[in-house]
Amino acid sequence: MYVAVKGGERAIDNAHAWLAEERRGDPAVPALGLDQIAGQLALAVNRVMAEGSLFDRGLAALAIKQARGDLIEAIFLIRAYRTTLPRFGASVPVDTAGMACIRRISATFKDAPGGQVLGPTFDYTHRLLDFALAAEGAVPEAPQAEPQPGPVPHVTGFLGRDGMIEPAEFTGAEPRDLTREPLSLPADRALRLQALARGDEGFVLGLAYSTQRGYGRTHAFVGELRIGTVGVEIEIPELGFAVEIGEVELTECETVNQFKGSRTEPPQFTRGYGLTFGQTERKAIAMSLVDRALRWRELGEDDTGAPAQDEEFVLSHCDNIQATGFLEHIKLPHYVDFQSELELVRKLRAEAEQARAARKAAE
Amino acid sequence: MSTAETVATADRRAWMGLLARAEPARLAALLGADLPEHVLLRAPEIGAVMVRGRVGGAGDAFNLGEMTVTRCSLRLASGVVGHAYVQGRDRDHARQAALVDALMQTGRSTEIEARVLAPLAAEETARRSARAARAAATKVEFFTMVRGED
Amino acid sequence: MDSAALQGGFADPPVESARAFRAVLDAMARPGTIRRVTGAAPPAPLSVAAGVLLLVLTDRTTPVWLAPSHDHADVRDWIAFQTGAPIAAPGGAAFALGDWAGLRPPGRFPTGTPDYPDRSVTLIVEQTVLRAEGARLTGPGIAGAAALNLPETAAFAENRARFPLGFDCYFTAGERLAALPRSTRVEAG
Repeated sequence: MYVAVKGGERAIDNAHAWLAEERRGDPAVPALGLDQIAGQLALAVNRVMAEGSLFDRGLAALAIKQARGDLIEAIFLIRAYRTTLPRFGASVPVDTAGMACIRRISATFKDAPGGQVLGPTFDYTHRLLDFALAAEGAVPEAPQAEPQPGPVPHVTGFLGRDGMIEPAEFTGAEPRDLTREPLSLPADRALRLQALARGDEGFVLGLAYSTQRGYGRTHAFVGELRIGTVGVEIEIPELGFAVEIGEVELTECETVNQFKGSRTEPPQFTRGYGLTFGQTERKAIAMSLVDRALRWRELGEDDTGAPAQDEEFVLSHCDNIQATGFLEHIKLPHYVDFQSELELVRKLRAEAEQARAARKAAE
Repeated sequence: MSTAETVATADRRAWMGLLARAEPARLAALLGADLPEHVLLRAPEIGAVMVRGRVGGAGDAFNLGEMTVTRCSLRLASGVVGHAYVQGRDRDHARQAALVDALMQTGRSTEIEARVLAPLAAEETARRSARAARAAATKVEFFTMVRGED
Repeated sequence: MDSAALQGGFADPPVESARAFRAVLDAMARPGTIRRVTGAAPPAPLSVAAGVLLLVLTDRTTPVWLAPSHDHADVRDWIAFQTGAPIAAPGGAAFALGDWAGLRPPGRFPTGTPDYPDRSVTLIVEQTVLRAEGARLTGPGIAGAAALNLPETAAFAENRARFPLGFDCYFTAGERLAALPRSTRVEAG
C-alpha cells in the first residue's frame, strides 16, 4: 500500500538554524572574513575553483565558509551557482607558453632555458608542524632577486625539435563541452581533459598512483610543471576583435613518457597533459598521468584492463558532485522502496519455510 | 584594416585589458565620483566565459572551466559608445571600465590616460615585478660537486 | 558594429524578458491565440514580435538562420549584440526567421531524431497581418477549434503527419504573435 506522507518542515528549519549556529562557532571568536579565506587558505580556494570549474576566488571563499570547510560541499555550491550565469562565450585558448610563472620546474632537463624556479612550494620542507604558526606573528618578507627577462619556453619543445617526442595534435576542432551536453562515449582527448580538470583530486590522484604501481604503467617523468598567470581573451562581436577580460592562475603539467613505438610510429617520447585552475599541482600532475594512460588506444598500446585505461570507468566516476549526489541520496527517505523490499523478503521467507515444512513432511 | 586602424585597435585592446585587470576599488578612486552623463545600452550584466586551454599547451582546444565576467555597454551624450568585459562580479567595475573606454575615444583621452590609465599600468607593473622578483629569488643555481671523469 | 545594433533591447531585462517569455510560452500552449508583446525595438524589417522572440528564446547556443527577406547586416549585428546567437546554415539552425516564401521548403531545417525530436528548428514566420481566421486548427491546447491566417495549409498538415518529428512555428506581425506547434492538426478553413 502506498501512503503519501509529508512533514518534517519544522525539524528541517530548526536543523538549518542549528547548522548556521554551528557554522559560526564560538561568537567570542572573530568570524572568518572572505579575504582571510581567499588569502590564507588559498589552496583550498584553488581546489574549489578547479573542481567547481569556475575561476572566482571570492565565490570559492564564500562557498568554503558556507560549507564549514567541507570542500566537496563548497564545490557543489559553486557548481550550482555557475548554472545560473549566462555564458558570454568561450575564450581564445590561453597561451601557457606566455605564462608569468611563479614556479617552473623540470624533472628531465636541469638546464632548461628559464631555469628551475621553485616558487612558493611545500617541496623540501620537513613536514614538521610549525608551532610558531599557532601564535600570531609577522612573517619576514621573502627575498627578491632581479628577474631575467625573456621567454620561458615549454621544455617539451626541445624534444620536439629533434623529433624525439610526438607533436601536439592540432586539428582546429571545436571542443565538446561537458557542461552543455551529457557525456557520451567514446570521448575525444579534449573532452577527457575537461572531465579530468573538474574531476575529484583524490580520485584522479588514486588513479594516477595506480598507473605508477603498474596498473596501466606509463613510465612518466614530469617534463615540466609550471604555475603562474595567463591573460584570458575573448572575441567581442560588437567590437570585431579580441580583448583581454582578465587573468587566471593556472597549473600546467606535461609529462614525458617512454614509448616503444608502434607499427606506424617510431620509438619516441609521448605526452600526458594536465591543466588546472589555481596552484593545484598534485591535481595537475595526476591529471597528466591519467590523460596519458587513457591514450593507450590511439598509441596502439595494450589494454591491460587497468582502471586508469578504462575511459568509461574514469570519466563516469571522476566527478565528485555526481558521485556524492548519488552516494548521499541513499540516506534520504526511501520508506516506500524499503517497504516493498521488506514485503518481498517476508514473502521469500514464508515460501522457504513452507518448502522446508513440505520436505520434512515428505521424509 | 589600415595601419592607423590597426594602431587604434591595438591601443584600445591595451586599455580595455588594463581596465579589465584593474582592482575595481582602485579604478573607482582614480576615476572619481564625477562621472559624465551616459545612457546604458546594456546594463551591467554578470555572466561567465568558458576558459579554454590547448592539449599539450599547443594542440587542440579544450574547455578548462569558466570564469566570472561582468559586461556593460553605454553611450555618452556625445554619442560615443564604450564597452567593457571585466573579470569578476562587480557591476560598478564594468560600468566604470565602459565609461573609460568611451572617454578614451573622445577629446578627453589625454587627461584620462594620465589620470586613470597611467597609474593603473604603473601599479600593475609594480605588482607583477614584485612577484617576478620573488620567483627569481627561488631560481636554483646548480654547483658541480664532483665530475665523474676517468 | 553600427550603434543601431546596440539599441532596441529590453530596457528592464529581468522584468520584460519574464513577461515576454510568459506570453511566448502561453502562445505555444494555446495554438492559434494571438498575443501582444512589447519591449523590443529591432531594426527593420524585423517586427517587434520577432525581436521579442529573438531576445527571449535565443542565445549563443541557438544558431539562427535568416531568410533572404531578413538577412541584412543590421539584423545580424543586432542579433549578435543583443543575443549572441550565431548565424547558421539551414541544416544547423535552431531558429529560422523570415517571410514564408523565404523559409520554404521547411524540410531543409532539422526536424529532430526519433530519440531526440526536440533537436529541431523553430520557425519565426513574419507576416503583414495576423488574424483569427483562415486555417482550422484543432488538437492539444485548443478547446474545440481555432483559426489563424496561415500562409498555406499543406506544409503544416504534412508537418503534423510526421509527429513527433517536425518543426514548431511562431507567426509574427507588428507587436502580435501566435504559435503553431507540430502537434496541431491543420485543415483548410
